[in-house]
Amino acid sequence: MILFIVFLPLLAAAVAGLSNKAFGSTLPKLVTTGALFVSCLLSWPIFIHYLGGAEPAVTQVFTWMKSGDLDIAWALRVDALTAVMLVVITSVSALVHLYSWGYMEDDPDQPRFFAYLSLFTFAMLMLVTANNLVQMFFGWEGVGLASYLLIGFWFRKPSANAAAIKAFVVNRVGDLGFMLGIFGIYLVFGTVSIPDILAAAPHMAGSTIGFLGYRVDTLTLLCLLLFVGACGKSAQLGLHTWLPDAMEGPTPVSALIHAATMVTAGVFMVCRMSPLFETSVVAQHVVMTVGAATCFFAATIGLVQNDIKRVIAYSTCSQLGYMFLAAGVGAYNAAMFHLFTHAFFKALLFLGAGSVIHAMHHEQDMRFYGGLRKKIPYTFWAMMAGTLAITGVGIEGVFGFAGFYSKDAIIESAFASGQTGAALTGVLVALLTSFYSWRLMFLTFWGKPRWAQSEHIQHALHDAHGHGHDDHAEAHDAHHDNGHQDAHDGTGGYHPHESPLTILIPLILLSVGAIFAGFAFHKFFIDPSAGEAYWKGSIAFREKLMEAMEDLPMLTKLSASIAMLLGLLTAIQLYLRKPDLPGKIAAQFSVVYDFLLNKWYFDELYDVLFVRPAFAIGRLFWKKGDEGTIDRFGPNGSAWLVSQGSRVTARLQSGYVYTYAFVMLIGLTAALTWAIQS
Amino acid sequence: MIGLTHYLVVAAILFALGVFGIVINRKNLIVMLMAIELILLAVNLNLVAFSAYLHDLVGQVFAMFVLTVAAGEAAIGLAILVIYFRGRGTISVDDVNRMKG
Repeated sequence: MILFIVFLPLLAAAVAGLSNKAFGSTLPKLVTTGALFVSCLLSWPIFIHYLGGAEPAVTQVFTWMKSGDLDIAWALRVDALTAVMLVVITSVSALVHLYSWGYMEDDPDQPRFFAYLSLFTFAMLMLVTANNLVQMFFGWEGVGLASYLLIGFWFRKPSANAAAIKAFVVNRVGDLGFMLGIFGIYLVFGTVSIPDILAAAPHMAGSTIGFLGYRVDTLTLLCLLLFVGACGKSAQLGLHTWLPDAMEGPTPVSALIHAATMVTAGVFMVCRMSPLFETSVVAQHVVMTVGAATCFFAATIGLVQNDIKRVIAYSTCSQLGYMFLAAGVGAYNAAMFHLFTHAFFKALLFLGAGSVIHAMHHEQDMRFYGGLRKKIPYTFWAMMAGTLAITGVGIEGVFGFAGFYSKDAIIESAFASGQTGAALTGVLVALLTSFYSWRLMFLTFWGKPRWAQSEHIQHALHDAHGHGHDDHAEAHDAHHDNGHQDAHDGTGGYHPHESPLTILIPLILLSVGAIFAGFAFHKFFIDPSAGEAYWKGSIAFREKLMEAMEDLPMLTKLSASIAMLLGLLTAIQLYLRKPDLPGKIAAQFSVVYDFLLNKWYFDELYDVLFVRPAFAIGRLFWKKGDEGTIDRFGPNGSAWLVSQGSRVTARLQSGYVYTYAFVMLIGLTAALTWAIQS
Repeated sequence: MIGLTHYLVVAAILFALGVFGIVINRKNLIVMLMAIELILLAVNLNLVAFSAYLHDLVGQVFAMFVLTVAAGEAAIGLAILVIYFRGRGTISVDDVNRMKG
C-alpha cells in the first residue's frame, strides 16, 4: 500500500510531464489529480491504523548502493511520525491539485505545472518515508528541485527567476550542513540507517571529535550540522530570506510547498532524529533559541507587510519557529502537532488568499482590498476559519480551533520545561500572530472598497470593457441603496466575483481540517499516556513533560488566549474603529516601521556581506584569472604564436632557388657544427 | 714546400666561391651551374689531396667517380636549362620563382 502512495504521484508526474501538451491539458490534470486523491485515500487508513497503535513497518524496495560498510537500501518506513506526514502531504497536495484546476485555468502550461506538483509530492513522500539518511537526502533535494521549478514556473517573469535561484542557493547552504551531518554520522556510527543511528546515539554521549581544528562534542556537532540543514529548508532565522521571495510562484504552490509541507521538512527531520537531539543539551538549546528568535522576528515583519501573500509567508516562517521552539524544549510531539494543524490552516489561508487574488484580478496589495466580505462570502468564511485556527481561538476543555491546541501545547511545554524566556516569547508572538492575522482579515474583508486605484484592476476593466457592461449594470442596482456611484465608491466599477467550485471545494475541506484537526487529534499527539501509545518511540516522547504541562497554573495556561485577545482588540481598534491610526503610528515611529517593512534589512545585509563579495570574487577570477591569465597565455597565446610564427616562415618561401640554397647551406652548416661539437 | 694545408685552403676557397656563386648570383642560371661544378671540384680537390697525403688510392678513385657524376649532372642541368629557356624565354635567376607556393 505504501508503495502505491509513494510511487503513484511519481508515475502521474511522468505521464503529465513527458506527454507535455500531446494530449491537451485535461488528461495530465486528471491523471495527476486522480493519482493524488488515490494516494490520499490510501494514507488516511494508515494514519487511523496508527492511531489505533500499530507497530512501525519497513518495506524494502531494493538495494541502492553497497560498498564496503556502506549499505543503502531503498526502504519505505512507516510509523506514527510518518503516518502524520503522509496524511498531511497527500491531503493538502490532493486539494491543491484540485484547486489548481480553477486557479491555473488560463495558464497555457498546465501539464507542466501539474507534473511539477506531483513530482514534488513524490519527493516529499520519499523524504518522510526514508529509512536512512541518504534516502532522506534524496527526498530533501527532490523537494528542493520541485520548489525551484515551481517558484520559477512563470519563468518569463525576471522576479520569479530571481526568487527561484535565491531559494535554491539559500537552500544549498543548509544542504551543505545536512550533508556534513550525514558524513559525520557515517564517520561516527558507521551507518546511515536511521533506526541504527538512534539506537547507537546514547552510547556516544560525551565523546569528542576534531572539527575545524577544535575538539568538540560529537553529538552536539552532528545535531547542529543537521539543524543547519533543517534551518535552510524550514526558513529559520538567517536562512529564511528565500521563503518570502518564494511567493513569486503561483499561489497553490505557496500553499502546498511553502506553507504546508516542504518547509516543515526541517521540523520533521529534527523530530525524526529526536533521540539524537535528546543526547545534546547544547544542540537543543540552539534549536530552541533559533526557533524562538525566528518566531518573533518573522511575526514582527508580518505586522507591517502589505502584500497579502507576504503576510502569510512571514506567518509561516513564524509558525515554523514555534515548531522548532517546541522541538528545542523537548516537546517533539507538540512540534509535530503544530506541524499537523498548521498544514491545514496555513494551506487554507494561502488558498483563501489565492481565491481573493483570483477575484481581485491578481492584485496582491491589501491596501487595494477592503469590503470583500459580501462580494466573496465563501472565501471570506474559509479565511475566517483559517484565521480563527491560526490565532488559536478556543476554550480549554470545550472546543477550540486547530491552532488553539497545538500552539497552547507548545507554549505550555516551554513553561513546563522551565524555559520561561522561550515561553514568554511564544506568548508575545501569539499576540503578534493574532494582530497580523486579524489585520489581514480586516484590511481585506472589512471597510470600504479601495481598489479603484489598483493597476491590476484598471487593467482588468480595460480588458473587459466590451462584455463587462451587463455585470456592471446588475451590480449597479445592488449599490444604489448606498447612494454611491461606482466611480466614487472606491470600486472604480470593478466587482469581484466568487471563485469557481474547484477552488471552493478545497477551501471547504481545509476549513473542516482547520476547525477540527486540533480537537479531534490532540489526545493522540499530546496526551501523556495516549501520546506514548501513539508515538511508540518514533520520536523522543517526554511523558513527564506532558504531565507537567497539565499541572501548570491557570494563568500560564490562559496566557496564550489572553495574548490572542489582546492582539484581536488592538487590530479591531486600529483597523476597524480608527482606520487612520495605523498610518499615523507608522509616521510617528517611522524608523521602526521602515525597519520592519524592510524585513530587518536582512536582504540588504546579505547583499553586502555575501552577494557582492561573491560577485567581486567571480569578476576577479573571470577578468584577471580566466581572461587575463589562462586565456591570455593559454589558448589565445599559443594561437598568436602559431600565426606569428607562420607569418615569418611564410616569408622564407620566396620561390627563388638561391634562397632555398642559402637555407640549405645554413642548415648544413648548423648540422656540421653540431656534429663537430659533439 | 706545398703541403696538405695549401691544397685544403685552395679547396676551401673554391668551395666558398661556389657557394657564394649560388647564393649571391642573381643573373644567370648557367653561372649557378658553374658554381655547382666549382663546389664539386673543391670537394674533388680535397679527396685527391687527402688521398695523396694518406697514401690511399680510394680517394682518387672516388674523385674519378665524382667527375663522371658531375659531367652527367652538368649535362642534365644544361638540358633542363635549354628546355626552360624555350618555355619562358629567360634564364635570369630573379625570374625563376615558380616554386613559390
